[in-house]
Order: sequence, then C-alpha cells, then structure tokens
Amino acid sequence: MLVNQFLMLGAVLFCIGVYGVIARRNAVLVLMSIELILNSVNINLLAFALRNGSADGHTFALYVIAVAAAEVGVGLAMVLLVYRNRKSIALDDLAEMKG
Amino acid sequence: MLSSLLSMVADGDWVSPTIDYHALAPEIVLAAGIVVVLLVDLFTSESNKWLVAPIASFSFLGAFIPVVTLALSDNTMRELFDGRYVVDEFSLVIKGLFILAGYVVVLISTDYLREGDYYQGEYWFLVLTSILGMVMMASSRDLVSIFVALEFLSIPAYMLAAWRKRDLKSNEAGVKYYLLGVFASAIMLYGMSLLYGIANSTLLTDIGETLSGEMTSIRALAVLFVIIGFAFKVSAVPFHTWAPDTYEGAPTPVTAFLSVASKAAGFVALVTVLYVAFPYASDVWQPVMWILSALTMTVGNVLALRQSNIVRMLAYSSISQGGFILMPLAVAGEGAVGQSALRAVVVYLMLYAATNLGVFAIVIAVARKTRSGAISSYGGLFSYAPGLAALMTIFMASLAGIPPLGGWFGKFAAFQAVLSAETNWGYAIAVIGAVNSVVAFGYYGNVLREIWMRPAPDGDTAPVVIQPAIAVALGITALATLVLGTLPGIVSHFGDLASLSRAFGG
Repeated sequence: MLVNQFLMLGAVLFCIGVYGVIARRNAVLVLMSIELILNSVNINLLAFALRNGSADGHTFALYVIAVAAAEVGVGLAMVLLVYRNRKSIALDDLAEMKG
Repeated sequence: MLSSLLSMVADGDWVSPTIDYHALAPEIVLAAGIVVVLLVDLFTSESNKWLVAPIASFSFLGAFIPVVTLALSDNTMRELFDGRYVVDEFSLVIKGLFILAGYVVVLISTDYLREGDYYQGEYWFLVLTSILGMVMMASSRDLVSIFVALEFLSIPAYMLAAWRKRDLKSNEAGVKYYLLGVFASAIMLYGMSLLYGIANSTLLTDIGETLSGEMTSIRALAVLFVIIGFAFKVSAVPFHTWAPDTYEGAPTPVTAFLSVASKAAGFVALVTVLYVAFPYASDVWQPVMWILSALTMTVGNVLALRQSNIVRMLAYSSISQGGFILMPLAVAGEGAVGQSALRAVVVYLMLYAATNLGVFAIVIAVARKTRSGAISSYGGLFSYAPGLAALMTIFMASLAGIPPLGGWFGKFAAFQAVLSAETNWGYAIAVIGAVNSVVAFGYYGNVLREIWMRPAPDGDTAPVVIQPAIAVALGITALATLVLGTLPGIVSHFGDLASLSRAFGG
C-alpha cells in the first residue's frame, strides 16, 4: 500500500497551504491556499480510510468537500463585494480599523 | 474503488437507526422556523418585511419548549446515531442558553433593522441558521458532527458580519472574520484527520480510549491542531486578531451575537472535545490552556485600557472575559477538578451571556440618539437617561465582577475550580487572574465615570427613546444579572446538572 506516500503528500500540501495563507497578500490566493489545506485533509482521510478499512473516512471526506464548497461560495462572494467597493483585493488595503 | 467502499459498508449488518424525535425537537422547530422565515420573506412586499422578526422570535420561543420538556422528562440521557449525537443534561443547559441568547438578539435587532432599512429577511434567516448550528454543536459527540455544526454556525456568522454590503468597515469585518475562521477550521480539520487515522473512528469516546495509550508526537500534534482551531473561535490570544476589527465593523446587534453566542459555541465545542476525546491527553492540553488563558486575560485587558470606541473596548473586554472562562480548563485534567472546572465554564458562560447582551442593548439604544460609538459620547447619560445609566452601571459592575451582580459568581466559580486543584500552576494562574480582574476595573470604571461625572459632550440632553423590544431585552438581561448574582444557587444548579456524559470515564 502507498499509504505513507499519500500521508506525505497530504503533509506537504498542508505546509504549502499554511505558507500560502501566511505569505500571500491577495485574497483569492489566500482562498486557494485554504483549499489546498482542505484537500490535504481529504487525502489524509482517504489514505487512513484505506489503511484502516473503514468507510468513516470516506464519508468524512464527502462532508469536507461539501462544506468546503459552501465556504468558498461565501468567500468568493465576499471578495467580490470588497472588489466592487474598493477596486482592489489586496488584504493590506483592508485597514479601516486599527488599534 | 466503489466496490471496495460498498463491501466495507456491507460487512456490518446495517440497520437503519431509530430516531428519537423528542430529542431532536428543538432542532426540528428551529429548522421549520428557518424555512418559514425564508418563505415569508420571499412572498411579502418590502413594507411587510417586519413580519419576519416576530416569526424568528416565535421560532426561538417554540424551540425552547422541547428543551424544557426534555429536561423534565425522566430520560435525561438520549443517544442518537450510535452515540454520535447525545442529548444529555449538559447539552440541554447549553441549548437553552443558545436559544434564549438568540431570542434576546432578535429583541435588540428588531428596531435597529427596521430603522436601518436593510435586508431584513436574510438577517433573520442567518441568525436562526447560526443558532441551529450552535444547538447542534451542544449535542455533537463525533468529529464529523462537530465539524458540520461548527461550519453551520460559522458560515452564517461570516455573512452577518459583512451584512452591510456598501459599508467598507462591514466588508472588512466580514473578510477578516472569514479568512481567519476558515483558516482555523482547516487547521482543525487536519488535526481531526490525524485523530481519525490514530483512532480509526470518528467517535469522540473511541478517540478518548485510543489516546489513553502512549502519547506520541503525532498524537500531540493532532490534539494541538484541534485546540488551535477552537482557540480562533473563542478569540483566545494569540488567535484573537480578527475579533476587534470584526466586532467594530459588524452591525452592533451582530457584534452582540458574535461576542456572546458564537463565542459560547466555541467554548462548548472546546469543552466537549477536551472532556470526551482528550481526557488522557491532559499533559498536552493543560499547559496550552494555561498559556492561552494567561495571555488572553492580560493582552485583552491591556489593549482594552486604551480604547476610545465603546464597541472596540467591549471587543477587548470580551477577549479578556474569554481568558477567565479558559482559566479553569488550565487545571481541568487534575482528576477531581474536572467536574468543578466544567461547572465553572458553564456558569461563567451563562452569566457572561446575560450581562454582555445587556451591555450591547444599551449601546444600541444610546447610539440611536448620539449616532456615535465614542466612549466620550456617554458623557451626561445620567442626567438625561437615568434608567439606562443605572442599568449600564449594573452591567459594567457585573462584567468587572463586583458582588452581588452576576459576573462575580462566574469569577468566583472559576477561581474556586482553579484553587481546588492545589497545584503550583493553578495558584499561578489564579494570581494572574486576580491581577487582571483588578486591571479590568480601569476600563469599566472609565465608562462609568463618563456616565456619572462628565457633562453631555454637546449639551444635547434630549431623552433617549427606548423602544419596547429593547426594553424587554434590557429587562431580561438585567433580571438575569441581578437574580443570578444574588441567588447563585440557581445558576450553580444548572452548572451541576451540566455533567458531560462519558467524560473522564463518568
């Protein structure tokens, strides 16, 4: 079984995603990085489900996919909203409030 | 692939689960309310949109009835779906709290929305959905149901924060809340996937049994990731950066909702996971809770001292109150302390919810006249609105922890739990907590000084008009703050009831 390789892939994707969220300053790129983390979760869940021979991981992954879709729907709507109001999606520009 | 999946399912003799509809009644009533709100909003003209608000409040009151009947029934331990969804006394107390908090939020939002001339139907729909997620969270005892409930309550909350579409501040509040919230839940999910791999089950009780074995680094990492996910939700320092901006930018009733209901939901999830899934991993999470609690209390307090905007000050105050709720969890793994720590958390959440909702009701009532969020705009409140000034004094004193008002008993229970551990770490966090509760007098006292001693900033002493809905909300919260403070037996009775089934082997 290639379980370890899948887990390694999951860990690498997770690290790339976390790096992207922290380093990127563009809202859409941050959203994409979060998607990477969620996909690493799915890979983990499926690899563990195969190794353990239980269906729980598969169902969990389905839930993650469905909820991630809802999350991205809301996120893109919000990014669009910001773009309409200020013609920019750079997160550094979002600094109306301080302190 | 599909055939292997099907064969896995077919291995066990699958029987369709029997569903206890009485146990699910609060959720069903709320779900029905959501559907009715959506339909009524769809088929009413703009001038009749006010109809939706009473429907929302009746949904909350209707959902509260089955909570009471469940609490009064003999069977106080109902397990659904193989123990993945449990209705026990803990979840009933918490569900009652969420539903009543939702009702008070409806009361303080009604007139704000009508005068703001904004999208009403969506607002009630989102509040109801979010509360439904919280009610589900109180019963969830499985990684999948916790995750779904967490997203169920969070996603509407993101939209509520960004609800003022054309307002740059509201946009910013929504985007910041959304990005950090989703990032946190992604990290938590990664921890959950590791937990599933370790335990080969998503049931919290199974995970708890598996973690009783040797604590390897991967297990510790999984526990840590899950805790970090919830730390964002309860805005614990250093994961609090979204909270002040979101609280300030969001519409004020939404801020009240986020700072009370959403925060309480985070604590409920945290407590469930710590007590049911991680009781044997307390070596890992106790130090984390200790550090989070100490940092949250201190940083929240210090930053609250220098705020000039009342909502922003309340945001930092709510962060610092969160530190006090975390405090008993820093010693909760010490055997016998577990139960009293759980009681302290539940008691604190109830008292904090009552007081903080009251404060926001006053902020909304006063801001309607002054059109300002500055603390200095409260100058002279005593001269033109003595009733509001007296209530604000009660609430601020309760938040600061002065007996005999509600807040002091919450703090008392928290300190009692921490000291009963009789460990050096327990004493240390109690000292930090004591210093912080003195510092907190600084900013709460500052508001009171404006109210009682300063003149009105622009000499405008026209009386504040208090609409009936706000008055009812103020009555409920003030009564709760006063009665629960003078008769702490009531609230500690609920706290005692709230024993988490199956926690710590119990």
